[in-house]
Amino acid sequence: MATEFHNLQELRHNASLVTKVFIQRDYSEGTVCRFQSKFPSELDNRIERTLLEETVKTLNSYYVEAEKIGGQSYLEGCLACATAYIIFLCMETRYEKVLKKISSYIQEQNEKIYAPRGLLLTDPVERGMRVLEISLFEDRGSGSSSPSSTMSSAGSAR
Amino acid sequence: MSAVMITRKVRKWEKLPGKNTFCCDGRVMMARQKGVFYLTLFLIVGTCALFFAFECPYLAIHLSPTIPFFAALLFLFVIAMLLRTSFSDPGVLPRALPEEATFIEMEIEAANGNVPAGQRPPPRIRNVQINNQIVKLKYCYTCKIFRPPRASHCSICDNCVDRFDHHCPWVGNCVGKRNYRYFYLFTTSLSLLTIYIFTFDIVHVVMREYPDGLISRNRHVQRVLVCFFTLWSVVGLTGFHTYLISLNQTTNEDIKGSWSGKNRVQNPYSHKNIFKNCCEVLCGPTYPSVLDRRGLMQDDMPVSATPAAPSSSSLSSSNPVPQTTVRSHTRTHTHTEPLHTLPLKWIEAAKHRIAMTVSIGGQRGLLFSVIHVVIWMWSHLVAFLLIEQIDS
Repeated sequence: MATEFHNLQELRHNASLVTKVFIQRDYSEGTVCRFQSKFPSELDNRIERTLLEETVKTLNSYYVEAEKIGGQSYLEGCLACATAYIIFLCMETRYEKVLKKISSYIQEQNEKIYAPRGLLLTDPVERGMRVLEISLFEDRGSGSSSPSSTMSSAGSAR
Repeated sequence: MSAVMITRKVRKWEKLPGKNTFCCDGRVMMARQKGVFYLTLFLIVGTCALFFAFECPYLAIHLSPTIPFFAALLFLFVIAMLLRTSFSDPGVLPRALPEEATFIEMEIEAANGNVPAGQRPPPRIRNVQINNQIVKLKYCYTCKIFRPPRASHCSICDNCVDRFDHHCPWVGNCVGKRNYRYFYLFTTSLSLLTIYIFTFDIVHVVMREYPDGLISRNRHVQRVLVCFFTLWSVVGLTGFHTYLISLNQTTNEDIKGSWSGKNRVQNPYSHKNIFKNCCEVLCGPTYPSVLDRRGLMQDDMPVSATPAAPSSSSLSSSNPVPQTTVRSHTRTHTHTEPLHTLPLKWIEAAKHRIAMTVSIGGQRGLLFSVIHVVIWMWSHLVAFLLIEQIDS
């Protein structure tokens, strides 16, 4: 059962995609970006609940930080308005900075936790912030029930 | 006939579904019908050009040179906001990729259970509770997703847009989450610019003709009427959007009467505080685009192999997949159409747009738009003809 991978490269070269699981958005608090902490049943044997819940919780807290309406966002808004938004040509917005933090966090989580278990997280921003996509891989050599070798259609080339 | 696959890198905007047009290699994103946008640009630039040419020299000398200076600043701000609204991504939600669409279909089937043959399956709706209010999320058959709350599918652009307000032909784009504040600032600054220009029109007429300040009653009334008709449409629109912002509603929700209060339905997104609502809409975070228009992606193109041609340099990873699979794989979408079908397409598009306006805003919407254009053009023409007549 245990597919032993040691790093992301090995995952890409030796594994075949089995299926994808999608964690949907949680709209109970409005239109703020937040993902459900419901554990998908397909991942029962692959990863401990607490690890995935911790990842989702951290991601949610990053999104809360990005969308926070407070002093800094007012300042940014007013300054940008005063310059007719030309300042955004040179400056990065707060949201973009947090998105960069999120993608490095996901990369780190993939390397440390998910790749060794044959899983791969896709940054939600690549899926329109609608879902958190988790790809399940299996070792090609193990020759277990692997239905199809459909390639990921986004072709998210890293 | 053997077909050889060539892989080349293309920008993602070239393969985006939907009816948008892109310029500057994906930096600019607009709707297909841009005629009314050009009219807006022409009216604003034309009016201001006439103001700067005929009024400003006199006003700068006899009153103050700061008058044309502030007019120029205001004009530049209006144009910047208009271009920002028109050229930016309104908050388009990308369509679901095949795996996601299949996953959602499976969830729906699991939720619906077995539907007996011959019966229509129940409508695809998800209920969420937001702030003690049940909100229905509808399924979009085009984009194959459950639309987030406040999102709507624009049939003119053929995209689901987040926090969809309306499709504005005057700016040639949808107005949604990402560009609503620019749209609001555009209407507000345009109102200020119009008021500014017509105030100084009046001042100019008064000073030129009657240096001692006496104005004949009839002329004064005429001038006031002209100002009123010109201003009411733009200022009215600004006022309407100020009202919407203070309630944290979108035009779409207002027209559909989603939170009109019947059946105890209340707006779950409103903070119940005008100041907080305004702050959220106008000073909220600037959401980045999730479309990634300028990213690169692989495009597999079939090229028929001829012996004379040099062997294609880069073949895609030799996958003996039939052509049809690859076609669906790359989601090709034609942006160019044969010329002879264009007039028909325009007529169809025009009919569709009129139908949309009528269906969204009722007869009211179409009438409003037509009256707006006619009065705007008429009043400007009359105003400047009158002023020129007085001058000569």
